[in-house]
Amino acid sequence: MSTATISPARRRRGRNLARNVAFLSPWLVGTGLFFGYPLAATVYFSFTRYDGFTAPTPNGLDNWRYVFQDYPFFWPALANTVWLVVAMVTLRVIFGLSLGMLVTKVKTGAGLLRTVFYIPYLAPPVAATMAFAFLLNPGTGPVNTVLGRLGLPEPGWFNDPSWSKPALTLLALWGIGDLMVIFMAALLDVPTSQYEAAELDGAGAWARFRYITLPNISPIVLFAVVTGVIQTMQYYTQPLIAGKVASGVVGGSGQQFEPGYPEKSTLTLPQLVYNLGFQRFDTGSACVIALVLFALSMLFTALLMRRGSALLGEV
Amino acid sequence: MAFPKRILAASAVIASVSLLGSACTGASKGSANDDPNDEVTITFWHGWSAPSEVKAIQQNIDAFEAAQPNIHVKVVGNITDDKINQALRAGGPNAPDVVSSFTTDNVGQFCSSNVFTDLSPFLEKSGIDPETTFPKPLLDYTQFEGDRCTLPLLSDAYGLYYNKDAFAAAGIDGPPKTLSEFEKDAVKLTKSNGDSYSQLGFMPNYHGYETTTTHYVAQWGPTYFDADGKSTVATDPAFADMLTWQKHMVETLGGYDKLEKYRTTFGDEWGAKNPFQTGQVAMAIDGEWRAGFIDDANVDFEYGVAPFPVPDDQADTYGKGYLSGTIIGIASTSDKQNAAWELVKYLTTDTDAVVSFANAIHNIPSTNAALESPDLDTNDAVKAFIGIAQNPDSNTTPASINGGAYQLTLQDLGYAVESGKQTDLQSSLEAAAQQIDTDIAQAK
Repeated sequence: MSTATISPARRRRGRNLARNVAFLSPWLVGTGLFFGYPLAATVYFSFTRYDGFTAPTPNGLDNWRYVFQDYPFFWPALANTVWLVVAMVTLRVIFGLSLGMLVTKVKTGAGLLRTVFYIPYLAPPVAATMAFAFLLNPGTGPVNTVLGRLGLPEPGWFNDPSWSKPALTLLALWGIGDLMVIFMAALLDVPTSQYEAAELDGAGAWARFRYITLPNISPIVLFAVVTGVIQTMQYYTQPLIAGKVASGVVGGSGQQFEPGYPEKSTLTLPQLVYNLGFQRFDTGSACVIALVLFALSMLFTALLMRRGSALLGEV
Repeated sequence: MAFPKRILAASAVIASVSLLGSACTGASKGSANDDPNDEVTITFWHGWSAPSEVKAIQQNIDAFEAAQPNIHVKVVGNITDDKINQALRAGGPNAPDVVSSFTTDNVGQFCSSNVFTDLSPFLEKSGIDPETTFPKPLLDYTQFEGDRCTLPLLSDAYGLYYNKDAFAAAGIDGPPKTLSEFEKDAVKLTKSNGDSYSQLGFMPNYHGYETTTTHYVAQWGPTYFDADGKSTVATDPAFADMLTWQKHMVETLGGYDKLEKYRTTFGDEWGAKNPFQTGQVAMAIDGEWRAGFIDDANVDFEYGVAPFPVPDDQADTYGKGYLSGTIIGIASTSDKQNAAWELVKYLTTDTDAVVSFANAIHNIPSTNAALESPDLDTNDAVKAFIGIAQNPDSNTTPASINGGAYQLTLQDLGYAVESGKQTDLQSSLEAAAQQIDTDIAQAK
């Protein structure tokens, strides 16, 4: 009978590995449970017929084919999501940065201005969206009343498919407080000596912004864009509530709630996850949408991380 | 090369565990082997939340416990469909034994996935013939493909509300019975005011709250699916006729854009500013609950209720309407199904229980005996809705495996037709039928 001997070096390596794993275990458990497992399960479910009640059964590429070919809401929702990512994120970053610059520059009333611009961000999304839906009501809202008295066109806002996304963008700009604070902190960190040197060299306001401010705050801009893209990909509450309030249809038997009112113009991909998974009991297809969202978020983030710094000109 | 192999092995283990975990989902199964004479506590989930409704259901439960002293009922109210679905998936000791839901659209899924147990053996054991106990439309929306996994617990009927003062001012004697009479009355009652209205006879647009495709088409007596389960929206003339009639009404009363603009001035459907209650519209299609809202709002006009008019060529079917209601079933995860059945049987078939509950929450009773009961509180409005509920031509939207998806497809087509974006009716109906069939095939 022979006995296997373990060399001291190998034993040491084993102990080191065990210690390292022990230190990493909180992260490993957290990531495994709350990211790894759900992701693996989502991929698996996307290839199954799963109604959420009975055990899933594999159905190959049926769900993927259905979502891309036959599900009438997918392409409008994708187009809306891309529209919102491009327009809303861009405008939010520009507006947030502009406000940040304003509140860092003004000498008097800065505290009041910061408070006034930040407070809307604290409003619960449902309440804020309902308030906007009432303010922008084409028939009774004060905004159109004022526009009418000024002889200006009165848009249909949330009731008009060509105005519903701009109305949502207005709502997002109203709640700009988070970005304003982030940009304000970044702007206050830019060394004033660089501005003084630039002024001595005769640099104008635009040159100072382009060659001093922007490069200094570029990591923050990149952060704002990346998180903005991810948030917009997950945009759910505001378009859902705006559509519900504007359509007037609550939903119920014989009264189907219409996702994306008006004319699917406020439909976003997360709404489809709910529609398929919880209203149509098609968890498999809902997982396909979730994976599309995941892939798009990763793609946008990777692109921005690779190209963003170059575009903004980091110092 | 050893390291990649380890990674590969670890990945395989993770994937296997994930798949195993995934495959282990699904609710556990309960049983109907319990003795209903044993001392037992069952859990009953319902969606009612208003104090008067909660009080009414509790009174019924108290009466049940008095009649069945060995069965105790733990009542949990204000339960939403999402919570119900979650609990039915999970099972376990805290899951409900008896569940009621306002959403009849989910019955197809509840039955086909067996999350609600088949009630036929219980009905048979208790000697209850559903065909003679419940009105037919209510039987239709509580079963799916022959699987009776739920029963009706009160019902809702839809009819025509009309403003008697506005009728008198316009010289109209009584409610219209046919759609041609209805059109004439709607025009007489409409008072234009520039690009808006001071009073609209009727809001025909599909977003006008209860003016939905499914509520309208009930007046044509539609069949949504053929014997093979295929959509009939392109072959049953009821749908084309309804869409054509609605579009005609939209044009007659001022056009889509003008009506839509007027619609945005309406208050909330469930608030005091409902357009019928404010006098903005003189006629409306709505359920029996509207009478309570109108009474609570202390409106300054007299109103009446009648069946919604029918197509002229179906005048002999006047009196019918769309029916829906609350459903109740037994979770298949329950280990106390015989005791749970005693509660379901009491709530759904005991005439006194059904009548007292209907009286308390102003719904329509869901059994034939209760509809005939002398104890039923009746006023003119309730009488009208009871008549609609008893009418043999009244109908409903059948259960489908993917909830109300087929209704949404039809409704989307309605929006396109009324706004003029879709003019080729037949080809669009064929496309809708194909979409409905594709969606159902995907869900199976």
